[in-house]
Amino acid sequence: MSERRVIMLGNEAIARGAYEAGVKVSAAYPGTPSTEVSENLVQYKDSLYCEWSPNEKVATEVAIGASIAGVRAMACMKHVGLNVASDPLYTVSYMGVNGGLMLVVADDPGLYSSQNEQDTRMVARAAQVPVLEPSDSAEAKEFTKLAFKISEKYDRPVILRTTTRLAHSQGLVTLEDRVEPEDKPYVKNIQKNVMMPGNAKLRHVEIEKRNKELAEAANTLEINRIEMNGTKIGVITSGIPYQYVKEALPEASVLKLGMVNPLPRKLIEEFASRVEKLYIVEELDPVIEEQVKSWGIQAVGKEIFTVQGEYSANMLRKAVRKEEIQADQPAQIPGRPPILCPGCPHRSVFYVLNKLKLHAAGDIGCYTLGAVAPLSVVDTTICMGASISSLHGMEKAKGKDYIKNWVAVIGDSTFLHTGVNSLMNMMYNQATGTVIIMDNSTTGMTGHQDHAATGKTLQGAPTWAINIPELCRAIGVKNVVEVNALDIETLEKTVKEEVAKDEVSVIITKTPCVLLDKRKKPLYRALPDKCRKCGMCMKPGCPAMTRREDGTIAIDDTMCTGCGLCESLCKFQAIELVKEGDR
Amino acid sequence: MAAKNIMIVGVGGQGTLLTSRILGGLALLGGYDVKLSEVHGMAQRGGSVVTFVRYGDKVAEPIVEEGQADVLIAFERLEALRYAHFLKPGGALVVNDWRIDPMPVVTGAASYPEGILETLAEHHKVYAVNATEEAKKLGNPRTFNLVVLGLAAQHMDFTREQWYEVIEKTVPPKTIEINKKAFETGYHL
Repeated sequence: MSERRVIMLGNEAIARGAYEAGVKVSAAYPGTPSTEVSENLVQYKDSLYCEWSPNEKVATEVAIGASIAGVRAMACMKHVGLNVASDPLYTVSYMGVNGGLMLVVADDPGLYSSQNEQDTRMVARAAQVPVLEPSDSAEAKEFTKLAFKISEKYDRPVILRTTTRLAHSQGLVTLEDRVEPEDKPYVKNIQKNVMMPGNAKLRHVEIEKRNKELAEAANTLEINRIEMNGTKIGVITSGIPYQYVKEALPEASVLKLGMVNPLPRKLIEEFASRVEKLYIVEELDPVIEEQVKSWGIQAVGKEIFTVQGEYSANMLRKAVRKEEIQADQPAQIPGRPPILCPGCPHRSVFYVLNKLKLHAAGDIGCYTLGAVAPLSVVDTTICMGASISSLHGMEKAKGKDYIKNWVAVIGDSTFLHTGVNSLMNMMYNQATGTVIIMDNSTTGMTGHQDHAATGKTLQGAPTWAINIPELCRAIGVKNVVEVNALDIETLEKTVKEEVAKDEVSVIITKTPCVLLDKRKKPLYRALPDKCRKCGMCMKPGCPAMTRREDGTIAIDDTMCTGCGLCESLCKFQAIELVKEGDR
Repeated sequence: MAAKNIMIVGVGGQGTLLTSRILGGLALLGGYDVKLSEVHGMAQRGGSVVTFVRYGDKVAEPIVEEGQADVLIAFERLEALRYAHFLKPGGALVVNDWRIDPMPVVTGAASYPEGILETLAEHHKVYAVNATEEAKKLGNPRTFNLVVLGLAAQHMDFTREQWYEVIEKTVPPKTIEINKKAFETGYHL
C-alpha cells in the first residue's frame, strides 16, 4: 500500500512509533529538538493521552505513574531537561516498570538551540538505564516500539536518545497499525515501588543483575549488527554518525550499534578481531570508546575526532582518509545571528532596561537574545529559572543597594517551569529585588506551545489558566504590577519605581507574542524629508528598519508589524502611521 | 540515480520549511529515497537558516556539504553569498534578489556587501529574480518563495504537473491558487 510510505521528521516518526506501540500516556515539556514528538502525538489523541507538563521532572513522574498503573507510557525532553528529570530517573531505574516506560531525550551537538552540549549517554550510564539510538526516521519509529518491549522484558525504563540532526531530518517511513497491549493489572509491591533504604538496597542488587542480562542479550540483539565489507578498516558507530560513515567510508566494515548502553562486549570483541584498524565514530563524548579501550581493544577515536559539534562525511574523509575537500572558501561576510522578531514585545522591555542602564539576570527563552547588541541588557543565562535565584544570590552577596542596578527577566512558561520556586525562595529568605516576568502568553522559542497559564491543553481542550499575578501575590509578593510591554512610558516609570524599593517586586509585562497575535496589524512608514538621521529609532535594533544611502530611515513594509516603538522614539514626527490596526 | 543535492537558504521566518516540504513531496512522488534536514528553534528567529534536501536511489547522509550542491536556492542575497561555496562546479544558484539586513548591519557594526549578484556570477551560474516584488504584484508578498521555486524548477528533474500536484497537497487549501500563480511566474522567467 503506497500511501503507507510517507516522509516523516525523526520526531514525527517517534510519535508514530509510540502510537503503534500502544502508548497510553505521554507527558513532556517543550525543548528543542524534542518538541515535535508531543506536537505530533496530538493527532492520535483518540487513542492516547498526551500533555504539556510544567517541567521535565513532573512529566517524567507522570509517565512513571502511568507505568506503575500498568500502561505503556513515555516522557519527552531535551538533554538539559533530563537534568531536571534526573531525580526521578535515577530512582525509577531501581524500581523498574509495570507498563513499558520510555524517555525520549534529545541531545544537541553543535548547540543549535541549547546552553550546553552534554551527552545523555553519560547520564544514562550513571543511572544504569538502557539507551537505544536510531539513525534515521524509519529506525526512530522501529526503535521506539522496541524500547517498550525491552522495557517490559527486562523491567527497565529505556531512553531513546536522539540528536538534533535525527530529530529534525525527514526520511521515509512505512506506517503500520497500532497494537493495543492489554493494560497490566496494578499489583501492590512496596519492595519494588517504595524506595526506602531497605527496599532500595535490594533493588540495587536486582538492577545490577538485570543489566548484566541485558548486556549479554545485547550481543545478539538485531539492532546491533555487523555490516562486513573489507577488513582493512572497521568502524563502530551509532545514530546519525552511522550515515556519515556509510557515505564517506563505503568500503569499511561497520558495527552499527542500535543499543548504546549497555554495550555488547562479545560482539565488539569479535568485530575488533576481524578488522586491521578499528575506528570509533561517535559525536560528543567518548562513551563507547572509553569502554572499548578499557577492555584492552586498540582503537582510534577522539585522538582524531572532536568532542564538539556535529560530524559529517567530509569530516571523516579528512580525518580517516586524509582527503582534501574540493570546494571554494566561504565568503567573508557579516554574520546573521538570531534576533528578536520585528514587533516582539521583549524588544521594548529591553530598550527601557538599556535606557535605565540596568543589568538583567536572564533565563532560557527568546529573551536570551536581549544579551546581544544593540539591546545588550542580559548579563547572565544559565538554565531554566536561574534568573530569579541568581539575582537572589547577588543580593545576598552584595546587599540590597547593589541589586538596585539589576533585575531578573524570565518568560511566563519558564517562570512556571522552575522560576516560581526561586521566587518562593526570595520571599522566604527576606530578599529584595525586581523580577520582570515577560508574559507573551506562550512558550515562544520552541515554537508556541501552551502551558499552565494559557488556558489550553496540548490536546486543545480549554482549561483553567493559572493567574500569574495572583500566584505571585499568594507567594507573598506585595508589589505586583502589570504593564503593557509596548507602552514604554509607563514601563519606564514602573521599572524606576520598583527597583528603588527595598522589597521584592514583580513586574509582569503582558503582551502576546507577535507571531501569535492575530489582531490586524498597523503599518508605519518613515518620511525621509522629516528624518534628521539621529538614529534614535534604530536603538532598539528592529530588523524592519534600515538606513537609506543618504542616512535617512526606511521601514520594510513586508516586515513591520506595527508595534509603534519606532514612532514613539522619534522626536521629529518622521515616522507616521499609514494603516490603522487593532494592535 | 546518484543522490541529487538541493539546499534552501534564507533568513529564519522566510518559509524555508514549507519549501522543503514541497521538495520532499516531489521526491516521494518521483519514487526516490529522500532525506531532508531542517533547522528549528533559536535560529528560526531571524537567523541564517539552511535546509538540505537529498534524493536518489539511496540516500545515507541527511546533509549537503561544501562543494556538493546541485542547486542552491537562496531567499536573500547575502545568504546566497554565505552558502555559495556549497555549490558543486556547474551547480545552479537561484536567488531572490532581495535584501534583509542582519543585525550587525542594522547596528552599523558591519556593512551589507555591494554587488553580490555580480560577485556570485563570476564563479557560478546565477538565476536571479526579485521574487518579493513579483509576489507583491500578485497580491501576497509571502508567496515569494513559490516564485523562487518556479525559477528553480527549471533546473530540476520534475514535470510541471508533478510540481502542481505537490503544491496542491502541501500549501494551505485557501492559498493553492495564489501559490500556483506565484510558481508560474517563476517558472516562465
